[in-house]
Amino acid sequence: MSSGQEGASSPAAGLAAAVREGRASAVEVLERHLGAIAERDPEIHAFNLVMVDEARRRAETVDGAVARGEDPGRLAGVPVALKDNLCTRGVPTSCSSKILASWRPPYDATVVERITAAGAVVVGKTNLDEFAMGSSTENSAFGPTRNPHDPARVPGGSSGGSAAAVAAGFAPLALGSDTGGSIRQPAALCGVVGVKPTYGLVSRYGLVAFASSLDQIGPFAHTVRDAALLFEVIAGHDPMDSTSLDGPAPSVLDAIPMGVEGMRVGLVSELLAGVEPAAAAAVEAAAEALTGMGAKVETTSVPATVYGLSAYYLIAPAEASSNLARYDGVRYGLRVEGEDVAAMFGATRQAGFGAEVKRRIMLGTYALSAGYYDAYYGQAQRVRTLIIRDFEEAYRSFDALLAPTTPGPAFPLGAKTQDPLSMYMSDVCTIPSNLAGHPAMSIPWGSSDGLPLGVQVMAPALGEAVMFRVAAALEGEAPPAPVPAGGRR
Amino acid sequence: MSGGWETVVGLEVHAELRTVTKLFCGCRNEFGAEPNTLVCPVCLGLPGSLPVLNRMAVELAMRVGLALHCEVRPSVFHRKNYFYPDMPKDYQISQYDEPINVGGWLELPDGHRVGIVRAHLEEDTGKITHVGGGGRIHEAAHSLVDYNRAGVPLLEIVSEPDLRSGEQARAYVAELRAILVATGASDGKMEEGSLRVDANVSVRPEGASEYGTRCEIKNLNSLRSLGRAIDHEAARQIELLEAGERIRMETRHWNEAAGHTVSGRTKEQSEDYRYFPEPDLVPVAPDDDWLAAVSASLPVLPAERRDRLAEAAGVAAGDVAVLVEMGLDDLVLGAIGAGADPRVAVNRAANEVAANLEAAAKLTVGAFAELVRMEAAGELTATQAKQVLAAMLESGGKPADIARARGFEALAADALTPVVEQVVADNPDAFERFKAGDPKIQGFLVGQVMKATKGNADGGRVVAELRRLAGLG
Amino acid sequence: MAERISAADVAHVAHLARLKVSEEEIALFAAQLGAVLEHAADVAALDTAGVPPTAHPLPVRNVLRADEERPSLDRQTVLDQAPRAEDDRFRVPRILGEAP
Ligand SMILES: [Mg+2]
Ligand SMILES: [Zn+2]
Repeated sequence: MSSGQEGASSPAAGLAAAVREGRASAVEVLERHLGAIAERDPEIHAFNLVMVDEARRRAETVDGAVARGEDPGRLAGVPVALKDNLCTRGVPTSCSSKILASWRPPYDATVVERITAAGAVVVGKTNLDEFAMGSSTENSAFGPTRNPHDPARVPGGSSGGSAAAVAAGFAPLALGSDTGGSIRQPAALCGVVGVKPTYGLVSRYGLVAFASSLDQIGPFAHTVRDAALLFEVIAGHDPMDSTSLDGPAPSVLDAIPMGVEGMRVGLVSELLAGVEPAAAAAVEAAAEALTGMGAKVETTSVPATVYGLSAYYLIAPAEASSNLARYDGVRYGLRVEGEDVAAMFGATRQAGFGAEVKRRIMLGTYALSAGYYDAYYGQAQRVRTLIIRDFEEAYRSFDALLAPTTPGPAFPLGAKTQDPLSMYMSDVCTIPSNLAGHPAMSIPWGSSDGLPLGVQVMAPALGEAVMFRVAAALEGEAPPAPVPAGGRR
Repeated sequence: MSGGWETVVGLEVHAELRTVTKLFCGCRNEFGAEPNTLVCPVCLGLPGSLPVLNRMAVELAMRVGLALHCEVRPSVFHRKNYFYPDMPKDYQISQYDEPINVGGWLELPDGHRVGIVRAHLEEDTGKITHVGGGGRIHEAAHSLVDYNRAGVPLLEIVSEPDLRSGEQARAYVAELRAILVATGASDGKMEEGSLRVDANVSVRPEGASEYGTRCEIKNLNSLRSLGRAIDHEAARQIELLEAGERIRMETRHWNEAAGHTVSGRTKEQSEDYRYFPEPDLVPVAPDDDWLAAVSASLPVLPAERRDRLAEAAGVAAGDVAVLVEMGLDDLVLGAIGAGADPRVAVNRAANEVAANLEAAAKLTVGAFAELVRMEAAGELTATQAKQVLAAMLESGGKPADIARARGFEALAADALTPVVEQVVADNPDAFERFKAGDPKIQGFLVGQVMKATKGNADGGRVVAELRRLAGLG
Repeated sequence: MAERISAADVAHVAHLARLKVSEEEIALFAAQLGAVLEHAADVAALDTAGVPPTAHPLPVRNVLRADEERPSLDRQTVLDQAPRAEDDRFRVPRILGEAP
């Protein structure tokens, strides 16, 4: 584990260092951020819930530890915003759904335990597309989140609240979940760093499931270093998650200074096709910057990625249809009474789920149903194999791959809500990594009409060290980025 | 079975595995606790929770699989999706097309082999209590759910349709239960629901090769119910077919009090369970070392124990089934090994020892063998031996000491002869019938001798004496 | 565009998923699901003979835990979350069908 490198140029690492060394108090740091939230969150609506009292108690505990000469940990006193699909003991965890609006989990997600053990101060629960299904955070039962760069535009999604919270300066760090791009896409649209780790590196225990074989929790931050720091805190084996990988998580902070000299980076042609010119231009400029730093960059092909979107929109809804069956009004959450149990189930689910969630449950149920399984779900899983094989082939020639994160910048609220398919297209560049289980991250690079854009760095499974090296190198050469009102603090 | 028809039965047995904890979480696997006290985020299916597989449950499944001569294979869990309030996630995690055990067989005491299709792992559901309407599901005003049982590991053992009667089905379940208990996999208590049996019953004309339409009978919670329900259901189907009607595929429930099955759900349209591989669990692939270790840990199973005892005692395996079932085979084998007469040893164990099973544990092989030797040698009559053995079970002690204390000394041959002669003289008609070979009169004459000797005569020797006097050799 | 999913299909799927959808929703879903399935036609039509399905992105096996007890939840905490509870159990309306 590195600690000396957690430098002051990164906001979160800088805050933690100041709190650990007694140069700043966690309470002061928290109050500064609560002030920003009070000032601007009524407009942005990044949070479903600001945990004012809990956060103050927590910050006092951290300061108390420092005063006693104890080390509260690598995230000492750093405010962290949590996507509201991460379970917090005794604190409402709604998934931005009416069906869970009143639910208070009796347990903390593993990632919540880990950041808390590292001294972080959880500041609140952020808005999302209901059950993480969406790409704009408009599918929230509690109203949309707005993009801090332009409140008339979406922040992306589904982790739009977490991305906006970091971009608006409400918290230097946030956690989100990424099933088809739900961290990287809003990160790009809000001009922050967003990381989807290798499937299995971060425990999913306590993450309310959307699509279990694709979901992965990851960090949002202003800088690659801060994202690396939070990644190191949350990654690593958890016996509560059977899909959690054994063995130590990759150490990424130490790898960052190694640079990209001599590295082979592939530009994925399939993912460049069809994106807006500004998005393509950003990736090409990033490629040039890498070349300038001594990397060998070439355009390459990962052919099966063109089937990614279709395969994803069969697999993810199928798993979701099963994961969301449990919301039946019996044990927790909303209930709408009925004559008998079946009527109660139907009425509860009809009233509790929003349109997009119902649409995906329907799609997934259909894809799994008798007579259609082989053609849809089964076929999508075979396509998944093809995508993994094509990535493996590419990684024989390249250490990392480069692509746009999104087809374009943030779009206006309401622009795509009437046409689900056009909304689904927002994830076309990010989905392949989820299907393969590989790590990928978005870093701010370039802009389009004053709105931020992101470029995406992808690596093979457990290739986080290489991925963070490329991302950090790019970050150092990035053109000036748009800064939202509030910005960093 | 009744004229011209053959009954065809296949059984699905759900056995709760005897683990300390549930299949996918650390809650205690225990019967009879206060409602909803053995629950956690995982077995309540709370959002965000994830299952982690219990190693012991897998191992117990492997043990049963090996005992049933199955192939133990790499397996995958699937989700079986359907809505029901006793299922916390509204899907059941179960092994579907890649179960851990496939293709074995079970041998009944009479030597009949029953094919085993599969024996797979799955999780149990919670328990529903119906309130109002006499506790019956359809008349109830509302229902209450306790999730203590949700997530308890089950092994579902599916037989081939190889059974041909209620009696044979009973024998199959009894044998399966013995195997489950012997392997430590389950306590096999049907009354507590730790062993639950569903029977698929159909009938067909004798000699036919195709199966008839079957009905599934549920709610069979004793061996007695199982046998009766199958025979009644078969009779019902035969009656329908003979009346020219057809059998509807349906679930039927056994009503023990009424002695018949009643119609439940029709299965005209099959359920759509939308099975797919459980993404929260990874495949289980026992390696050779693990399999070998489990195989080596298996105890000697009932069939082999029966064979072993039957061979030592010189009888048919079916004749010692009860002794093996009661766990008295080691006692009898030990006594035979120590030179005891096999026939006498089997008889005493099957009668007196079986009658006081709790006390059998303190009976040493040596003392039992000595008792058997004394009886076989004529030092004790059968009646005396029974009394001595009962006393040994009651309060321990050596058979010789007990016999002496009670003044038991079998009549010597020279003392028996005059008594038998006196009985013959007193009952001339009866003795004439005995001489003529009437088999029913022997008991009367022996009884008279016993009466005269206050039970101190050896029955076998009394008969021998009677035959000698009758000139029957 | 060919109709990929009929209103009757949608109604059947809604029943399987226990969603008491309205008539308008059935029509809307039929169109929207049809569009997604139309888009997925490329995948459905792909020749994948001999390609095994991927259920898990990473090849992990035999993840097992020891058969050791862990604390269960406090019952009151659990029942406090229930929409209706009675007699220490979760209360549900009457059940018409039996478990399959
Ligand atoms: Mg079953
Ligand atoms: Zn549990």
